[in-house]
Amino acid sequence: MTDTREPPSDVDYARATARMGMYLFLATEVMLFGGLFAALMVARILHGDETALASQRFNLWLGAANTVILLTSSLAVACAVEAAKACRRRWAAGGLAAAVGLGLVFLAIKAVEYYEEYAQGLIPGLGDRAPDLQPAEVLYINLYLVATGLHAVHMLVGLAMLSGLALGLAFDRVRLPRQFATVEIAGLYWHLVDIVWVFLFPALYLAR
Amino acid sequence: MTREIGRLVLVWLVLVALLAVAVGLSFVPLGALSPALNMGIAVVKAALVAWYFMHLRHESGLIRLAALGAMLWIFLLLLLMATDYVARDAFPG
Repeated sequence: MTDTREPPSDVDYARATARMGMYLFLATEVMLFGGLFAALMVARILHGDETALASQRFNLWLGAANTVILLTSSLAVACAVEAAKACRRRWAAGGLAAAVGLGLVFLAIKAVEYYEEYAQGLIPGLGDRAPDLQPAEVLYINLYLVATGLHAVHMLVGLAMLSGLALGLAFDRVRLPRQFATVEIAGLYWHLVDIVWVFLFPALYLAR
Repeated sequence: MTREIGRLVLVWLVLVALLAVAVGLSFVPLGALSPALNMGIAVVKAALVAWYFMHLRHESGLIRLAALGAMLWIFLLLLLMATDYVARDAFPG
């Protein structure tokens, strides 16, 4: 079979390696959250009723709102990457800025939820313990706190990257098309943060 | 570019619709079917995000394999753990 196409240029090759590297890193992130999901799954298998009780204590509507917000911010990032591919610098910066704004709204709503749970006495070690908590419920609530907390940390890292890139694109420090791969792989990270939440939401909030 | 963005917005609409379905189903008492359905919907949503938002539809086979591999290993972990715990009641001792 003769291959008469041009060999990939250096830029293409660098871009492909960057993407592959990011996907490998994302695979490790999947493993990280995977351990937590496995714990959630075992807790649900062994203590199905208490899991449902614990899940009912979380604010379903705030969680659903957060899911929509994160999906929209993923859309904004995907559009920003498309704009970057077309070398539309300002549109790309705007898309990333919108994603960052939505991400901050997500974190604000999460903070409200955490405060609600604190007020209900669900946070271990803080405030008054709620009176009718089973041990297995406490387990599930702790898993929820660890999982969403870890996710929030990932979101902060992602937001830092995206806002740095947004500023870089706005002030023409990040050059397109030469540094398109940077924008692209930051977008990939953000989409993974979204995918993790897409699985976290039903596992935590819809286990009722 | 506008056509691609239109496609992305369409995918977003499907994702939000799937979310609405999942939330709605959580109010219906389905018993053991409920976690399977929820996870099924989540898998479809993740696949949509990966295929369209992460541009896997434009990528080479090797990159798709890397993405798929990550999912494969986690499902192996969850599947084998689940079979362990679910089977413990069936075969005591």
